[in-house]
Order: sequence, then structure tokens, then C-alpha cells
Amino acid sequence: MPKLANFAAVDGLHTFPRLLFHHAQIRPQAPAMREKYLGIWQTWTWLDVAERVRALACGLAALGFKRGDNLAIIGDNRPHLYMMMSAAQCLGGVPVPLYQDAVAGEMLFVLQDAGIRFVVVEDQEQVDKMLEIRDQASALEHIVYDDPRGMRHYNQAFLHDIHELMEMGRVHDRNHADFLNAEVERGHFDDISVMLYTSGTTGKPKGVCQTHAAFIAAAQGGVAVDHLDASGDILSYLPMAWVGDHLFSYAQALVAGFTINCPESGETVMTDLREIGPTCYFAPPRVFESLLTSVMIRMEDAGQLKQKMFHHFMAVAKRCGADILDGKPVGFDERLQYWLGNILVYAPLRNVLGMSRIKVAYTAGAAIGPDLFKFYRSIGINLKQFYGQTETCAYVCIQPDGAIKFDSVGQPAPGVDIRIAANGEVLVKGPMLLKEYYKRPEATAEAINADGWFMTGDAGFLDADGHLKIIDRAKDVGKLSNGAMFAPNYIENKLKFFQYIKEVVCFGHDRDMVCAFVNIDVGAVGNWAERRGIAYSGYADLAGKPEVLELIRECVEQINADLVHDTMVADSQIHRFLVLHKELDPDDDELTRTRKVRRNFVAEKYKVLIDALYSGKSSQFIETEVKFEDGRRGKVSADLKILDAKTFPIVRKAA
Amino acid sequence: MNHPEPISALYGQSSEPSTMSRKKIGEVILDLQNISLRFGGVKALTDISFNVRAHEIRAIIGPNGAGKSSMLNVINGVYHPQDGKIFWHGEERKRMEPHMAAQQNIARTFQNIALFKGMSVLDNIMTGRITKMKANFLEHALWFGRARREELEHRQKVEEVIDFLEIQHIRKTPVGRLPYGLQKRVELGRALAAEPSMLLLDEPMAGMNVEEKQDMCRFILDVNDQFGTTIVLIEHDMGVVMDISDRVVVLDYGKKIGDGEPEEVKNNEDVIRAYLGAGH
Repeated sequence: MPKLANFAAVDGLHTFPRLLFHHAQIRPQAPAMREKYLGIWQTWTWLDVAERVRALACGLAALGFKRGDNLAIIGDNRPHLYMMMSAAQCLGGVPVPLYQDAVAGEMLFVLQDAGIRFVVVEDQEQVDKMLEIRDQASALEHIVYDDPRGMRHYNQAFLHDIHELMEMGRVHDRNHADFLNAEVERGHFDDISVMLYTSGTTGKPKGVCQTHAAFIAAAQGGVAVDHLDASGDILSYLPMAWVGDHLFSYAQALVAGFTINCPESGETVMTDLREIGPTCYFAPPRVFESLLTSVMIRMEDAGQLKQKMFHHFMAVAKRCGADILDGKPVGFDERLQYWLGNILVYAPLRNVLGMSRIKVAYTAGAAIGPDLFKFYRSIGINLKQFYGQTETCAYVCIQPDGAIKFDSVGQPAPGVDIRIAANGEVLVKGPMLLKEYYKRPEATAEAINADGWFMTGDAGFLDADGHLKIIDRAKDVGKLSNGAMFAPNYIENKLKFFQYIKEVVCFGHDRDMVCAFVNIDVGAVGNWAERRGIAYSGYADLAGKPEVLELIRECVEQINADLVHDTMVADSQIHRFLVLHKELDPDDDELTRTRKVRRNFVAEKYKVLIDALYSGKSSQFIETEVKFEDGRRGKVSADLKILDAKTFPIVRKAA
Repeated sequence: MNHPEPISALYGQSSEPSTMSRKKIGEVILDLQNISLRFGGVKALTDISFNVRAHEIRAIIGPNGAGKSSMLNVINGVYHPQDGKIFWHGEERKRMEPHMAAQQNIARTFQNIALFKGMSVLDNIMTGRITKMKANFLEHALWFGRARREELEHRQKVEEVIDFLEIQHIRKTPVGRLPYGLQKRVELGRALAAEPSMLLLDEPMAGMNVEEKQDMCRFILDVNDQFGTTIVLIEHDMGVVMDISDRVVVLDYGKKIGDGEPEEVKNNEDVIRAYLGAGH
């Protein structure tokens, strides 16, 4: 296992500032960054960027920024903010990007925790937030802003326009000609390059300290696996504080030397995507889903001929598209049809999506539906999933070309070792691991065990081909009474990929079988019912229709058939289920505000239903209190039918 | 929109950063003296006098049918008052037509949105530049020589307006497809594209929800603050009027019943009676 990044591959350039100045030397006129401003894409070459970074770094030094200082960065993806990251690194400082939509109070914690003296922000909105908490963030000395709009009346001495800072830096640079080069020389690969705060769903956020070596290693791995090079383009639109953006838009861009493109505003991302036509693109599953939906809706309005053509060739793509992309053998006849389809349908479609030049598209953050995933791959878009955490530079598993499985997150990335602990937790080791949590040795010790394995907190398993499948958070995983693993989220997610099913809650910990509550998606099922002429009055009525129950039963049985193939989860087939008479709702405390099921609360509230599921009854009466949107309370009651689903015999492979 | 401040912070002057200097209000640039306007036997305006100073936000309020829009149309040259004098920068104005108002750097928006619904936001705002274009019809038609150079310049200005109003994402969208609040913003954009020294806004916030109003207030204050544009606005939302305007004139049945700073007007007996009815 390589202990460090392969610095030989980048000419011994082992920090990000060195990489930057290297690019400025070997490809001075190539575009490094673009930003759409006043409707026109403005370009900064590597030479421009290096010059500005130099000026910014010297400016920071002139203001008193020293080695080891932390620089908070707050704003949308802006070239100057990326440059500020490099500037801080030149001086041996640590950039600390923050989520720009956080309110001032939330930012205060990070400012205090990291002892921030210098902060660079995008605009007036962020300046106002800083002014609001300035009294409490006692270390805060200087605020630099990028966009001068609305700043005319702010005349405090500690506020600096970024262009002023650059001017200040240029003067400093003239007077101390060797200063910056010497500072860059002092930089070491084992220095902290960036500090990213984890969102902290449990307790206060923690600052994850990553070294230059870690991020360079992670970037090199990704660049090598997906063959990215200096000719590439990426659209940088996800929060700079997110590890993925730092990996793609900063680390990989500097390692491979490709161009980052900053959209005009958050709302123009889709237009900008089409204009830039990036070669590498990241989006969470829901973005891919809404893109597909918009295509499908627009197809409905197309003429007869176009519709026929579209559906014909989409069927072709479904049969052989993904195989062709994976380089698997496909018959000549199918290939010919796909070739024709590419000219008539797939290529124009990719163009509409802004993905004509895509070499690789990534998705992560949530499970992606198999149909959705296959759709994109079948029209020739190399969509992949990856897996990683802030603590691992978002670099643990990637899906290599030609070996894509939609339900796995891929094989361990180059240089990464994976082990599954006895409790099913995924353990990771490699050059991309965090150095430490900032000023939290006890948390560091908790996350990295004595043998140097990082404990991800996710439960998963490696399949026969060495692909990692993530099934759940480790703490949610339980055991069936026969000792088999029970991962509720894994099964629930599988069911939720059906458009008819909105929410599922599975039970099975310490029980002899798995049972489930199902919430139907009233939109999709309502539509389905209308087309079949089934009349219904509301959610409860629809959910109780025998036809609907039959529909859901089919979905459940399909999942059971699917589950039986995975030895690890084959015992988790759903034996009995019911369709709830009301939607689970955050107002009734059944879901969190981010719409995650509060498992224990639901189990408590509907105890009588769970008992009925496990006692073999075929129906159960229930009355539930509900809170209406106007605050009134009412009761809904129903006689719920409990259905049995077909399960499949488990075929154990001979060991 | 990312304006996280509560509405009170947006309107209230007390919560502005202390370093923010209040703008300087200049001398009288528009003086209306004893204006009367009749349509046949109907008296729309009777003997109304008031003035507008440079860089101020001047509100005209009053119940329905009080003559507010007529007043704006008089300033704008759409209506011609039978009696009274109008002084513009100290010079008496003779009979005036709307296009002359445009040439004098007065721009306006309308109560009922008057945009080209089928045209894009960009093109609609571009029409605001029309008075600044020098190339002739033929040059424009052939997109040749001067017309081409000019268009680039004008496009730059239009893009600045788009940036200012934060409507980049709808740049190429046909106006007819936009929600009402955004259409209002586009209309403001068209008026701003003319780089006016005086801006007449006829109910810029009518029919908007709280958030849209909040945004619109912010834009009006920003225009006034950053470009020093004098603003005359008609508005029904008393909260908005009292918070953003420097002086308010109150009309009722075509007569002026109050004039002064918001505080003064708020306590004026006649104004209270006009708004709440007699006996209160």
C-alpha cells in the first residue's frame, strides 16, 4: 500500500501551490478558470491565476497572515475564492470553507473553533453576517470581500476589497521579491492543506484536517481511474465547503490541470451546464431524476413520428446501450441499431442535457434508482457512483469503466484498503485519511482505531467481485432472531425506488421475520387508479383499495425476488406488510424535518399494528390522532388489511 | 433571493449599520404648481401643488380614484393639465409628450404590466435603451456598422441591469411565462435600462407576496442609493410607503390633503379621515 501520493508522477510537486505555479509554467495560456459575468464567459489563464494568487498571498501577508493561520472562505463558487484557497496555502495557512447559506450563528461556531483571524467572503450579504457576529468572534481581525456591490457605505478599516488586497500584495511583492517563493518552498506535503467541517448531525461540527499529500493522492487516484486530463472542463457549482467540490474543483483540477467553470448564479446552473458542456460532472441523484423527468414530459408533447422514433431507440438502448458502454460483446445487428439510434436520438438528447462532451458523470449522497442509473448509461453517458467521506477526501470506492454495478459503489480505489469489521462496519485505510480532527484528539482516537483503520460508521459488505455494497448506517443495523443481519434502510430504499411507494418502515430486529409499513405515493398511485377507472376519495380510501394493495404486493414480491440473490440480506425478505391509512408526517413527529423516518417513534406509536403483523392477524383496527396544518387536531381510523407476500427459498452456496 | 434579514431590518433605518451615511437630498428638480386636470366634467385633479427634490423617494398615496395615476401621467406627459404650471429643473415645461419625458431621462413602470409578453426578458429590457440608440432603421435591419457596435454597448448596459436585479436565470425566458412578481421586476429593469434620473413607479408592489415586496423594496432602495435616482412612487401598502419614502403627498378626490415626511402625514387628521372614514 502506498503510504503517500505518487509525487514522482507530478514531478515531485507535493503541495497545491507548487502544482499551481507548475501549471502556470507549462501551460501559461491554457484556461484555468472561467466565470460567467454580465452574460459572457470570462476566462483566467493559468498565468493569470498564478499572478493573482501571488498578489493575494502577498496581500494577506501584508495584513499579517502567518503560517498556521486559518482563513475562512464563505461564498458561492467564485474564481477569487478558489484563488484565495491557494493564496492561504502559499503562506502555509489553512483555508476553511464554510457553507454559504448558513446563518450567522452557525458560522460563529466554526469561526470560534478554528480561531479565525481572516475571513474572505463573496458579497455584502456575507459581510453583514460577519459584522453581526464580530463581537463574539473575538479573534476576527480582517474581512475581505469579492463583490463590491452595496459596499459603498461600509468604511470600517478592517473591511478590504479583494482588488485592494491584490494591489497591496503587488506592492509587498515588489518590496520583498523573494518572500513568496521562499514561503512556497517551505510548504511540505504533510502540512494541513484544508480544513473541512463535517455537518455534525451528532453533536457539534468537527474540523477535518487534510494534508496536501492526502488530497493529492485522492485526486491522482480519481484522475487515473477516469482518465481525466488538462483538456477537461468541470462545472463547479456545489458548495465549496463540501468535500466533493474540494476534490473535483480544486484538488483534481490542480493535479490534472483542467478548467473549472463557475456558474453565473445558483439558478442558472442548468443553462450554464449546456453552454459549457463539461467533460466531468457531478450531481446528486435527484438532479439526474428531474432532468430525466423534464425530458420525458417534453417527449409527450413531441409529434407522433418523433415519439415513435424515441421509444423505438430507447428500447434498443435499454437492451444493449449499457453493454456497449462497458465494452461487453454485443451482436452486430444491435450495434448497428445503436449506431443509428445514436445519430437520431441519443446524441441530440445528450446535447439537450448539456452532456455531449461528458467523459464521466458522478453521483453520490443518496441511493440512485437502478432504472435511472441505467437510463443515463444506456444513452452513452458514463454515469458512476462513488463512495467516501469528508474524512477520506471523498475517495474510498470508485466504479472502474467496464465494471459498473448499479447497486454497488464500486471497487476500492487505487491505494485504498477496505476491511469489513465483525459488526459489518466498513473500515478504510489509505493515503487519503484525515490527519486529525482539529483540536479534538479524543474524536480522532474514536474515529481511527489502534491499527490505523478509519471507522466509517457505514455497514456494508464486499460481494464476490470485490465490489462494496453499502447497506445502512452501522448503528441502524440489527439482527434477526436467527442471527442474520437486518439492514432496514437497505430494504426500504429498494422499495422506495418504485414510483408507487413513498415511504417504508421495516421491522425485524430480534424478530423471526421482516415486516413492513408502506406509504403509497398518492400522486403516482392516484394516476394509476384513474387510468384504471378506480374511484377514490382521498389518501386513506385509496390506500385501502384491494387493487392498490395488490399493486404494492407485486412491488414487495419483486424486491423479495431481488433480495434472495444476496446471501447477506436474503433473510430480510418481507413476509408481511400493510399499507398505512395516513401519510407519515413531520407535523405528527413521525418524520424529521428532513423527512427521515423516526423509527423508534413510529414503532411506539403503531405498536398495535406491529403486534398484528407478527401475530398473524389478517386485519387490525387503528385510530390515530393527527395534527392538521392549521394546528387543529383530529382522529383518523381505519381497518387495515394485512397482506402476506410471497418469499423465495434461499439457496445457500456451498462454501 | 438571498435576503436573510427580517423585513424590519430591511425597512427600518435604525437597524442599518451605523457607518452607513444617509444619502443627500438635493434641490427641487420638479415643481408642480396648481395643477388641475379635467376629463369633460370630471375633475381628476384640482389645484394640486407639490415638488420633488433630487435623489429623494417621493410617495403619492391616496384611496382608490384619488387621482394618483393621473398625477403620474401628468408628470410623464401623457395627460395635459388644463391649469397649472410644471417646472422641470427650474424651467417651465410647455405641452409635453411621453417620448419627450423619456428624452428628459424620466422612466416609468405601469400599474398593469406593459411588457412585450412574447419577447425574452433580455429583449424587453433592451427596449429600454431605445432612446439611446443612434443608428438608423436600415442599419439596425442589416445589423451593420454603427448598429452592431451600438448593440454591444447597449447589451453591456442591459447585462448590468440584469445583474443588478438578479434575474440572470430568466434572461432568455419569454416574459409571458414568468410569475407576476418577476414580471414586475423585469418592468423595473426596462425602466432602469434607460438610465433615468427620475423613475416613476406606479404601484410597483401591487399583488405581490411579502417576500416579493421585500425584494422590490430592496431594489428600489438600492437604485436610489447607488445611482442617486429620484423616485416617485404610488403605493397602497402603507407599511412600505412609510418605511422607504422620504416625503409623502396624500391625495383624496383629486385634492391634496397632506404633504410631508411620513411621520407628519401619519398623524394628519385629514389623512386619517380619508383612509378610515369619518367618525374615527
